[in-house]
Amino acid sequence: MKMTLSKLLAANRPATGKKILLALAGAGLLMGAVGVNATPEHDRDSLVKYFKNKYPDVKKDSYIYGALAFDPDAKAQYDSIMDFPPFGSVLDQGKAMWDTPFKNGKKYADCFPNGGKNVAGNYPYFDDKAGKVVTFEMAINACRVQNGEDAFKYNDMKTIGVLTAYARTLSDGMAMNIKVDGSAATAAYEAGKKQFYSRRGQLNFSCATCHVDNAGNRLRSEVLSPAVGQATHWPVFRGGDTLVTLQERYVGCNKQVRAVPFAAGSTEYNDLEYFHSYISNGLPMKAAVFRK
Amino acid sequence: MRAGASLFLTASVVGMFVMANSAVAADAPKPEVTGKQIAFDKTKGNCLACHAMPTVPDAEAAGTIGPPLIAMAARFPDKAKLRAQIWDATVANPQTSMIPFGKHKVLTEQEIDKVTDYIYSL
Ligand code: HEC
Ligand code: HEC
Repeated sequence: MKMTLSKLLAANRPATGKKILLALAGAGLLMGAVGVNATPEHDRDSLVKYFKNKYPDVKKDSYIYGALAFDPDAKAQYDSIMDFPPFGSVLDQGKAMWDTPFKNGKKYADCFPNGGKNVAGNYPYFDDKAGKVVTFEMAINACRVQNGEDAFKYNDMKTIGVLTAYARTLSDGMAMNIKVDGSAATAAYEAGKKQFYSRRGQLNFSCATCHVDNAGNRLRSEVLSPAVGQATHWPVFRGGDTLVTLQERYVGCNKQVRAVPFAAGSTEYNDLEYFHSYISNGLPMKAAVFRK
Repeated sequence: MRAGASLFLTASVVGMFVMANSAVAADAPKPEVTGKQIAFDKTKGNCLACHAMPTVPDAEAAGTIGPPLIAMAARFPDKAKLRAQIWDATVANPQTSMIPFGKHKVLTEQEIDKVTDYIYSL
């Protein structure tokens, strides 16, 4: 990658020697990020530095805006849409779901500390007793089951999607705060990281091909978002009205490269979400945003 | 919300690489497909997803992932090398972002021949 990255920059932009050096340094850091002995914190830090070297003018806090971070005009459009989001009524519907008591009289808020406020940034976490990654969606389903209700399907945007579109707003502004402690948690994190860096599908892409190596580049007319910040703002409303959860986005990106996607709620995607969320640690959450 | 689950899936896949569906009535006479068409077709080469073609006026909305395809005959005096790059870009660069069109059978051998001829002319 090293030679090619610099070659790419040389071909596409009026690159100076300094820029090429930065690209080389960035590529070196990336190699660090995928190293076997790297700690999660080292991975995160390497990725942040990689993007910072490549795009010194883009502030880290704006990574949460994804592709918009590279496109001030599109960001301005986004801001005006977000002033009066077309999906407001869906959030109201989600609030109604969140506030409606179960048959036993308990509510979702009773299942979470602080009534569910400022909790979403702690998910996914690794549950040592259960020996697996637990996403916010799984915690919501666990709450339902504990209270005698059926679990929602993880690919059902009308239930878990609408509910979390509201429930996650209760954590707006919370800094993403994922923890990886102990060997079992580390193994799940490593599995997610491997998933992220593995090439899949007939078209032979990894997540990193698009969202690390080519973040900020255009694939056709579509600017590619950086991996750091991607996990902070779910679900999104594409085109203003089509609700997509984070894991359904994984499905979409997998299909795009003609790979057979995993299912939302699968161990593969939960581990991927664990790694993917960790690298956004420290960035502010913002639920239910507009996307093209 | 008006859209069902299948719509969500479609919406999330809409994009750069649409699944190829090459089921064409077997006996329908079809016009010869050109190298340019294969290069431009989003379900085939889709080269424009990543490469600009500065000398081709209708090569619009090109991506910036690969270098612009221009003066190819000068840059690839050996046409076989150009074909090899298209057939499997991972040989020259294992970390490449380019799709291994031949190795992964994204394009047929004949399609790659045609695309090579076309790109060579740029
Ligand atoms: C062939 C390129 C490609 C690959 C490979 C790819 N994606 Fe994407 N992805 C896109 C495009 C294009 C978009 C829409 C523009 C954007 O936001 O980056 C997108 C959007 C996303 C988004 C939404 C970002 C936002 O803020 O709305 C997430 C999250 C995401 N991808 C994660 C992944 C993960 C995880 C993988 C691997 C499983 C992956 N992508 C693989 C092209 C790709
Ligand atoms: C998803 C991205 C992508 C697609 C699609 C793509 N390429 Fe590339 N291509 C690249 C990248 C990146 C390079 C830079 C060299 C490398 O990393 O392998 C490249 C390099 C090349 C080169 C070598 C150019 C040089 O000056 O060294 C040729 C020729 C080429 N591509 C032709 C094609 C053709 C023809 C198609 C369509 C059939 C195509 N590419 C589709 C990403 C892509």
